[in-house]
Amino acid sequence: MTGRAVVIGASAGGVQALSQILPALPEGFPLPVLVVVHVPPRRDNALVELFAAKCRLGVKEAEDKESLRGGTIYFAPANYHLMVETDGAVALSSEEPVNHSRPAIDVLFETAADAFGPGLSAIVLTGANHDGAQGLKAVAAAGGMAIVEDPATAEVATMPSAALAACPSAIPMSYDQITTHLQELAAS
Amino acid sequence: MDAKIVPDTIEDIEIELLLEAVYQHFHYDFRHYARASIKRRLLHARSQLGYDSISAMQSDVLRDRTMLPRLLNYLTVQVSEMFRDPSYFRALREKVIPHLRTYASLKVWVAGCSNGEELYSLSILFREEGLAHKTMFYATDINPSALKAAEAGVYPLEQIRLFTANHQKSGGHSSLSDYYTAAYGRAVFDKSLRSQVVFSDHSLVTDAVFGEMHLISCRNVLIYFNRELQNRAVGLFRDSLARRGFLGLGSKESLRFSEHASAFSEFVGGEKIYQRTLP
Ligand SMILES: C[S@@+](CC[C@H](N)C(=O)[O-])C[C@H]1O[C@@H](n2cnc3c(N)ncnc32)[C@H](O)[C@@H]1O
Repeated sequence: MTGRAVVIGASAGGVQALSQILPALPEGFPLPVLVVVHVPPRRDNALVELFAAKCRLGVKEAEDKESLRGGTIYFAPANYHLMVETDGAVALSSEEPVNHSRPAIDVLFETAADAFGPGLSAIVLTGANHDGAQGLKAVAAAGGMAIVEDPATAEVATMPSAALAACPSAIPMSYDQITTHLQELAAS
Repeated sequence: MDAKIVPDTIEDIEIELLLEAVYQHFHYDFRHYARASIKRRLLHARSQLGYDSISAMQSDVLRDRTMLPRLLNYLTVQVSEMFRDPSYFRALREKVIPHLRTYASLKVWVAGCSNGEELYSLSILFREEGLAHKTMFYATDINPSALKAAEAGVYPLEQIRLFTANHQKSGGHSSLSDYYTAAYGRAVFDKSLRSQVVFSDHSLVTDAVFGEMHLISCRNVLIYFNRELQNRAVGLFRDSLARRGFLGLGSKESLRFSEHASAFSEFVGGEKIYQRTLP
């Protein structure tokens, strides 16, 4: 357990945005990266295959009760919320959708904020809804780093704009700035 | 276990105390449920029930008799559907049922039956496969209002489309509409489906073995337990299964991390269906 982690939430346009960010993570990246993408329910997680082919880090679907490891990208399975326990283990849940979504970004961000506090970086990417806004606020309140994709350049600005409105201390960043930030995390 | 990275907040402490109080006073033991989910649901309860703090809510839970059932509806997750994950039911139908046919009588345990969706699914499936007449079902849960709903077998009509599609995908060879009557926006399931069902209050955390089962279906319950509780529940299943009996779990649950894994073999791995190995 490194005590640090990265969480990312994406919705409409998310696969494109993640393709700019995840493949840029260097081999040996020391933090676990947890990702929620809104996907239609009841579809097998094609995201894992897609990104495993593009990324230098290990890519997998998060499994209930597994311990998070650095250098691994974990995707939420379709139809389950992805959470982090305070001991740094994954917890899945099939409870009610939040913001009409399961998995929901808020659920991941809020539980990860509880678990990692200042050791967390959270990024809200493109999307057409408001999921992630409350979660990002919780991340900032727990001392973590709150980032949104720059609404000016995001494919769909609604989600990063909503997150910025709920969490004014969040920093809008371009893809380049986001990958630079992540590389700095790896170095620090 | 790994240590916590961030120290407990006051809220975390209040939650710990509330769960302890609920255990001591009512013997419902949520102390070792997966905490992140419990915390979210208790914070939700606090705001929906209009309390300023978990401690204030605890005070009422201990003193006001109407509070416990309400709290239980937050502490337990009642999300379900009929033939949820149709491929699981298809695997039961195609792979498990042929083995069950060889028995003169059968016992099936639906552990954590919630409002009964899974029980009625199995009851219909067993009828379609011609095994219903020799099968006794045991449907258990800890939430009394869920058990009551399960005994009633009434679901909102809006859900029927999904249930019907699931049933078809599970390989159902009758029409779901044969089993319910629609009235006033609700689907009322035929009571013959529960003529051989025993509904009872039973906790996988605190209660014991009550019979020898040929099939145990316990889906999306273990996911809410921590590893020790999972071990306890799986131990209970091991001790409840007949020789070569079957255990079916939820699609994101597995025996991989269980200390009892060696008592089972994978039967349909992708569907989380296991078979008790010979002791
Ligand atoms: C998400 S529902 C699962 C319903 C159904 N099995 C399905 O997969 O759709 C979980 C159920 O487990 C029940 N439950 C929680 N703790 C339990 C325990 N200790 N023993 C038995 N049932 C429990 C809850 O009350 C709830 O009805």
